[in-house]
Amino acid sequence: MISGLKGMLVTLRWLGKRNITANYPKEHLPVQERFMGFPGLLWDETADEPFCTGCMVCVRECPTQCMTAIMHDNPNAVEGKSHRRKIIETFEINLNRCILCGICVDVCNFDAIAMSHEHELASFARTGARADLGLLLDLGRKFQAEVVWAPKSADRNVASVVLTKRAAAEAAKVAAADAAPQADAATLEASAKEEPSEERGS
Amino acid sequence: MSTGPQFDSVDMMLNMGPQHPATHGVFRMVLTVDGERVVDVTPHIGYLHRGTERLAEVESYGQVITLFDRVDYISNLNNELAFVRAGEKIMEVDAPERAQYIRVILAELNRVASHLLFIGTYAIDLGAMTPVMYCFRERERIENLFEHVTGARMMHNYMRIGGVKSDVPDDFVPWVHRLIGDVRKGVEETDKLLSTNEVFLGRTRGVGIIDGPMAVSCGLSGPSLRGSGIAYDVRKDDPYEIYPYLNYKVPVGENGDCWDRYYLRVLECYESLSMIEQCLNQLPDGPIMAAGRRIARPPAGEVFSHSENPRGDLGVYLISDGSDKPYRVKIRPPSFCNLIGLRPMTIGSYIADAVAILGSLDIVLGEVDR
Ligand code: SF4
Ligand code: SF4
Repeated sequence: MISGLKGMLVTLRWLGKRNITANYPKEHLPVQERFMGFPGLLWDETADEPFCTGCMVCVRECPTQCMTAIMHDNPNAVEGKSHRRKIIETFEINLNRCILCGICVDVCNFDAIAMSHEHELASFARTGARADLGLLLDLGRKFQAEVVWAPKSADRNVASVVLTKRAAAEAAKVAAADAAPQADAATLEASAKEEPSEERGS
Repeated sequence: MSTGPQFDSVDMMLNMGPQHPATHGVFRMVLTVDGERVVDVTPHIGYLHRGTERLAEVESYGQVITLFDRVDYISNLNNELAFVRAGEKIMEVDAPERAQYIRVILAELNRVASHLLFIGTYAIDLGAMTPVMYCFRERERIENLFEHVTGARMMHNYMRIGGVKSDVPDDFVPWVHRLIGDVRKGVEETDKLLSTNEVFLGRTRGVGIIDGPMAVSCGLSGPSLRGSGIAYDVRKDDPYEIYPYLNYKVPVGENGDCWDRYYLRVLECYESLSMIEQCLNQLPDGPIMAAGRRIARPPAGEVFSHSENPRGDLGVYLISDGSDKPYRVKIRPPSFCNLIGLRPMTIGSYIADAVAILGSLDIVLGEVDR
């Protein structure tokens, strides 16, 4: 009896207080910054193309094998606007199978994929969960706009940064070649050393 | 002397489950009853079998962690910890101290979340509707922190062989301090509401008694074993991670009845919260990942490692053949082993108590069936 009254007191204390629950779907609770929603592909503004080169690493590492990717030659690279020789042509993730584990983000070397904040993608079509390149890029772009996203290794992956670096190296090489007749062996060695590191960057 | 006709009494079979709300999953008990008394019980499992152990043989070490998230889907981080510790043992690496602290903080928070879920649903099983709201409110706070740290509320994939995926956010320590205060208040409230309630006491006191020796011979572990007065806790008896540096008690029960098993979990919540506080005060700086190769390719060999899950002693037996995939992963699931205690506890009790007894074991069917 007494314990029952004690319990009643505990519940009474909450009577008339503000609701703790949210009125979903009219109200959406905000997600935390690190929240892992569906994966989205990121967009490199500086070259106006996706970061993804279609290297298939994420496809191989995905525990549910829900991704496919096909690459093709990058037209922007031919024009010299980008350092990516290959770029993604089609990319599909079966979001029905995706378990939002984030492994694809971990293994990608090109900062090309991120877990977006999107987590409500229900559709009426049976094939509605097959996210193609367009949808994935949309998710990624929305994510980039939402949070302050910065690539992990910009010096390797952001087109403008890489191209500037490469141009600087090129200029240094030309300058060194011009000066070569008078130059001492040390400068030559230095410029020779620069070359391999520049190759790795591409 | 009655003069009416005399009837023979026959035992009746009663099917409980697989879709019974009190079984917390898909679990079937076939009760043989004599009137209101249970004379025999046969558990039927396997409705939630997902082939985790087999799947683990075809996935790389990094991918297996995602499977362990789903073995016991209520205490995900504790499960991850069990597997990554087995992986670390076979690779012979040690996680840096900071990573170990982070892992213990998160695992203990997960223990509290899991116990809160137990308290709430156990109350519902026994007819009390309010405590579950309180418990879920507090659990929600913990899940929010998990989302803030790991990016997911339940399926984290956060721990790695040799450390954790990423360092905790900057506001982690103040956040957890605040969280502990809130959760402690919530647990106290639920405790006040439920633990000494007469109806609740009537349903759980003296029900489903199992004595110490019987509990040991059934292979029970965790709170279900400690409820019978046996102070076996892997954290104390086979210390791992940073548990030896923490100061905590292992609560034990006396009678081995449902109330003891329930109340132990409440006490464990308080203990865990104080452990987290100690961890926060000791949390060192430093790396969060052991130096080493990114792709786990352990040498051939076999290891066994176990740790204390909210449900008991979770063991992982790992055999490697030197490739990047485990050759065999055997899980010793505490829920499955605790279920063996169901028969000795239930026989002789009333049908209505079967629910209370099953609930007090706090099984997770995902772990029972794997
Ligand atoms: S997302 Fe990354 S890992 Fe996957 S194909 Fe594109 S570049 Fe490769
Ligand atoms: S989040 Fe996991 S399951 Fe989903 S696509 Fe990436 S690797 Fe695959």
